[in-house]
Amino acid sequence: MNGRELIYEAVSRSLVDCELTIEDIDAIVIGNMDHFESINSADTWSVEGSGGVMKPIMKINTGGTTGTSVAIAAYYHVASGIFDRVLAIGWEKNSESDTTGAIITCSDPIWDRFSYSGAIPSLATEAIGYLKRSGATQEDAARVAVRDRTHALNNPYAHLRKPITVQDVMESPMLAYPIKLLDVCPRSDGACAVVFASEEAARRITAKPAWVTACSVRHSLSWFGDFDFDAGLLSLARASREAYEKAGIKSPPDEIDVAELYLPYSYAGLKWIEDLGFCPQNKAPEFVWSGATDMGGRIPINPSGGVISTNCIGATALLRVAEAAIQVMGRGGERQVPDVVNSLATGFGGCFWSDVFLMSSCMP
Amino acid sequence: MDWLVHTEAVTQKGQISLPYRWWVGETGSRFLTALRDEGKILGNRCPSCATVYVPPRKNCGACFREIDDWLELGDEGVVTSHTVIRFPFDLHPAPVPFAYALIRLDGADTAILHVIKENLNSLRNGARVKAVFAEQRCGNILDIEFFRLI
Amino acid sequence: MEKIAIVGLAQTKFERRKPDKTYYDLVYEVTRDALEDSGLTLADIDNVITVSNDFLDGRTISSMAVGEAAGGHDKNISTVEGDGTFGAFYGAIRVLGGFRSTLVVAHSKGSEGNVSYISNALFDPIYQRPLGIESLASAALQANSYMEKFGLSEIDFAKFSVKNHGNAWNNPYAQIPLTITVQDVLSSPKLADPIKLLDCSPISDGAAAIIIADEKTAMKSAKKPVWIRGIGHCCEEYFLGDRDLADPRALRSAAKKAFEMAGISNPSREIRVAEVYDAFSYMEPLWLEGLGFCKPGGGPELLDCGVISRGGTLPVNPSGGVLSAHAVLVAGLVRLIEAALQLRGEAQGRQVEDVHRALAHGINGPCGQSHCVWVLESD
Repeated sequence: MNGRELIYEAVSRSLVDCELTIEDIDAIVIGNMDHFESINSADTWSVEGSGGVMKPIMKINTGGTTGTSVAIAAYYHVASGIFDRVLAIGWEKNSESDTTGAIITCSDPIWDRFSYSGAIPSLATEAIGYLKRSGATQEDAARVAVRDRTHALNNPYAHLRKPITVQDVMESPMLAYPIKLLDVCPRSDGACAVVFASEEAARRITAKPAWVTACSVRHSLSWFGDFDFDAGLLSLARASREAYEKAGIKSPPDEIDVAELYLPYSYAGLKWIEDLGFCPQNKAPEFVWSGATDMGGRIPINPSGGVISTNCIGATALLRVAEAAIQVMGRGGERQVPDVVNSLATGFGGCFWSDVFLMSSCMP
Repeated sequence: MDWLVHTEAVTQKGQISLPYRWWVGETGSRFLTALRDEGKILGNRCPSCATVYVPPRKNCGACFREIDDWLELGDEGVVTSHTVIRFPFDLHPAPVPFAYALIRLDGADTAILHVIKENLNSLRNGARVKAVFAEQRCGNILDIEFFRLI
Repeated sequence: MEKIAIVGLAQTKFERRKPDKTYYDLVYEVTRDALEDSGLTLADIDNVITVSNDFLDGRTISSMAVGEAAGGHDKNISTVEGDGTFGAFYGAIRVLGGFRSTLVVAHSKGSEGNVSYISNALFDPIYQRPLGIESLASAALQANSYMEKFGLSEIDFAKFSVKNHGNAWNNPYAQIPLTITVQDVLSSPKLADPIKLLDCSPISDGAAAIIIADEKTAMKSAKKPVWIRGIGHCCEEYFLGDRDLADPRALRSAAKKAFEMAGISNPSREIRVAEVYDAFSYMEPLWLEGLGFCKPGGGPELLDCGVISRGGTLPVNPSGGVLSAHAVLVAGLVRLIEAALQLRGEAQGRQVEDVHRALAHGINGPCGQSHCVWVLESD
């Protein structure tokens, strides 16, 4: 199928899921990364598939964070009071392009492009900084990849659904030290559609909506050299702090019941959970090895399998929101965490940017 | 800001060349292979509003439902809009002057964008045209090389 | 709808090429200038929307290049890829949805890329792009449909070019003020029938920014607030052959929403000045019809009767319009800015008298597939 048809599939299924028709949708927000499919103005190009004919539709593009930026836009469309039911769509057909070739063009052509060879090397640089300061090992990171890939077995939608072991990760080809093939996400084709609704409209659709309690974004940097590779992921620390405050969350690992985190590579699953306040600085390896982030643990992370199992970029961050919402709504089937009240979704991309999205079964 | 006055405006050239391979999708594939292998133009019809689409679509944008009703259209139709192109551009399929036209094939409800190369002086909206297929076809919209006034 | 207003604005002079400025520089300048204009500080701005396009900038994640220049450091920020009016729409609903104020900034440097290739990429890669279609040829198809449907002529369109290039003399930001005649337009080089060189907008470099604020923040600002009374947007079918290019129904729907919100029932009586997105001369009359200022096919008559000239009851594009300066993505935001300047009484040289309600309009996608309409008011 082509991109438009992929979108049609996700949108039709989302409508069936909430028992609405396209006529019930008041506005659409859609996102993907232009150069991955070489479509200029993908919102106008894809209307036939998105259901946008004779509707308001707009395109949001913020790189890897696109999906959460789209979710946040859909939220504000409803929060404005102008629209009651808004469709958020994220999609990508990575198979249609040379993804690395395209992503290299995100770097500044004068200052950064000659040395920027894709997402993996810059993340590798971050990983080295973390290993140095925390004393963590490659095996510690591998444990994160094993967790996410194991969780994917419960998710019929995940791209990679074969279990792996720490040894498998350690023996996989080195891409850019210390990132090995199995430490990092695949390139996937996929689309995700999520329906946002106002209070009144939501109550008519389902008895158990996932209420949005806070969203926060930090996309501060433009140049890779400005990022402090030795410090934490500042954007995530700041965005999460703001979001927790808005949502009244004081102790994240106690009050958040499940987290769908945008972890494009395993080392992020160590470093960034410290920035989220799940555990103290440099203590992530023991936190992860203790099983605290596995299904049944204190704060399960990525019951869906996360980004390491599926990465269709424009959709990926929206999938985190969708999966976190599914958890609150109790519709996770085999990947459901029991008794979820609060869930957290994050987006990552661009120049070490972060988006944070919190939901709850209790209306704020 | 004194220094501005004396500073040369440096520029740097660059070009982005990226290869792409688009999935046409099953619906489009059926259309293009029919062009290529049979020299036939196919369309499909929405079960709700009966709009006949050329090129065919997986779903109707207006009714938002899947389309599965295929039909073969002839190779003749009517020009609904046209423009004679006189400016040069690398991607043009022919040297100027040539024309773009929106052509509604007999039996279709939507018009297809294509090219008319000859008899530009006689080109009018409402004129009848016929598809001219290329000798070598490869499953591309240019398997129809152009439309000719009849 | 809660009271929200435009409280700050800035635009660059539009030029064919700004060799000494990157788009980062342009974004920084208009951000700084819009803040100064508003009398607010960066601390008063709690979120930013940038407007950019990856193809125009030759950069994937084009927003990455300008977030910092737009004051986005340590703030909530997002990006709309589309005309500035749509970016501003998102900025407005973010204020309605809880932020105190949004800075919206758009940029483009048409000089840095090949506009024909970039607009060719708007078209479907399977069915349209291989034919070499781009924005000029597709516009010509629309002009052709429009002319034939209503029996209009190239002279009808040429008059709009004469009006708008003439109006541009009064606008220090415009790129091409010209004193021309209908004959000059008709004898300019033919590009794609019926469009000739003087029927087209130029390629431009530039940027613009506005600040939208809630009522409380608006009261703090230095300038008279320009209240946002109605906003709406809507998108038609994609394939050119699926549409009636002479019937702008998405525009009608967008206008209807904006007018309803603003409580307008008779637009041509209740709107005093309008800034519409005339990328080509035929577009102004076509959009005026879609906005309901006259019946379908009646656009040229509005000019012939003097209604939309400088001294008329509803001057359109006193700024010179997009025909006089066209930085893609920015041009819609500039329509908002020009309308706001009119309402503030700050449109030096091009000020229309007694303006209390103005309309601004922007388009997205080929041949105006999508439209965004704004109704603004001053006290």
